[in-house]
Amino acid sequence: MTDVLIVGAGPAGLSAALACREQGLSVRVVDEFYRPGGRLLGQLHEEPDGQWWNGLEEAAKLHDKALQAGVDIRCGVSVYNVAKADGNWQAFTTEGVCEVPALLLATGASETAVPVPGWTLPGVMSIGAAQVMTNVQRVRPGERGVVIGINVLSVAIARELQLAGIHVDRMVLPALSPVTSSAGHPEKVMESMLRVAHLAPSPLIRLGSRLVQSLGLQKRGIRFYPSGGIRMWGIPFQLRTAALEIVGTGQVEGVRIARISPEGVPVPGSEKIIPADFVCIAGGLSPLAELAAVAGCAFAYLPSLGGHVPLHNERMQTSLPGLYVAGNITGIESAKVAIAQGTVAGLSIAADLGKLREPEPLRHAMERVCLVRQQAAIQFHPDIALGRERLHQMYEQAQAM
Amino acid sequence: MDRRIQHHPVLGAIAPGKTLTFQYNGKPYTALHGDTVAAALLAHGVRQLRVHEESGSPRGFYCNIGHCYECRVTINNRPGVRACLTLVEADMEVFSGERLPAPLKHPKAKDSSEGRDSQLLQKGLREG
Repeated sequence: MTDVLIVGAGPAGLSAALACREQGLSVRVVDEFYRPGGRLLGQLHEEPDGQWWNGLEEAAKLHDKALQAGVDIRCGVSVYNVAKADGNWQAFTTEGVCEVPALLLATGASETAVPVPGWTLPGVMSIGAAQVMTNVQRVRPGERGVVIGINVLSVAIARELQLAGIHVDRMVLPALSPVTSSAGHPEKVMESMLRVAHLAPSPLIRLGSRLVQSLGLQKRGIRFYPSGGIRMWGIPFQLRTAALEIVGTGQVEGVRIARISPEGVPVPGSEKIIPADFVCIAGGLSPLAELAAVAGCAFAYLPSLGGHVPLHNERMQTSLPGLYVAGNITGIESAKVAIAQGTVAGLSIAADLGKLREPEPLRHAMERVCLVRQQAAIQFHPDIALGRERLHQMYEQAQAM
Repeated sequence: MDRRIQHHPVLGAIAPGKTLTFQYNGKPYTALHGDTVAAALLAHGVRQLRVHEESGSPRGFYCNIGHCYECRVTINNRPGVRACLTLVEADMEVFSGERLPAPLKHPKAKDSSEGRDSQLLQKGLREG
């Protein structure tokens, strides 16, 4: 008999599993991927203190601890439905139905798609795909790449590709459209990069200070942005260039680009095709919350957290009894926050199942989430803390009704 | 050309592993133990994993972590398997997804129905 089923063997899921085991609960973790670690796998950046954050090592540490604690981890298992049955939760998996009193969704995030004409050609991939191929699978995504989309995630991964010796020809914006919206608007991209750069790992801090040095902090700086871009680690960041189309027959052969105005409008006559054999599309991350929606959770829309998130409180309880969330499904933040949230979720589940030996650890774990958030090296959005506060208020209001 | 990242300044060298042989569309390929089908094929420069079932346009992997289903292939007679989530096993038989017949879809019928749809849309927009 399993007490807790956790969907997702990433930082949140594994740390929750550990917390549950420490309170004597029996735990099973399932994950679609063939190895545990979630988005930790592939993460590789220099922290502001100069230390390398190696996600592969962090994932291995968590995995080892979970195995030693007696967590039942099953990779290569997908969950395609969840439903309530006689006070328990049923998870429908590719290995059959699993019925448990407590279900934790730690499904993480998915990359937001940015449609660019030609994006179905082989050789076009999400920026996260290139990260996993490079750092985890150790195969070169290609010989000459173009990154479409300039944001915290794509800057960090472009640096990782370059570190692995992969040639990133340039980083450009997606063409302005109702879908790309501010991601195709140079002024807004510049603004958002400057807002997060000082909170990020050192490569981004360097990029931020380079931008400030070159252009000054004033918003008008983008008007004087050099057409060849500003180089970081040898990669030109072309904030005044947009990708109009990915071209090739059979696979990627190049990208049609154009100069753009500070508002993102293509400059007539500036179009050209640059050669490339792979293209990374970077639209940022959004919470992967389908299972919570299927379960019938109440949701809230908070752009600072990455979009639609299941309503939940600081104890990681959702609007449905016995259903919990932790990690990026609750909002896009760093892996360290996910680990801290996982511990809260695990202890919170133990409390609700009457197995929490003492209340202190849960309170400490909740405080720790806030602390880790304050100290996080990677901030995906400057208003995360406000978004969290708003979300918890909305949860309390919904519960009171 | 070696498409493997043999050495990495922070992550170090690739751990030496067993080599496996598998088949893709009837041709033999080698893989390292622990490779996914998508990674093993890319290591040989193979990007195309299927064609769009209706249009026949080429497709490869997109997200590489199982979310997008763009990399679906047939493995040991099982269709719709994601190449990015599946580890290569010795003597595995992998086939790319194929174009499927669309007997109810006449090539010209598509154009005329599209034309009619756009006329209808224009009419709807005019008349509110």
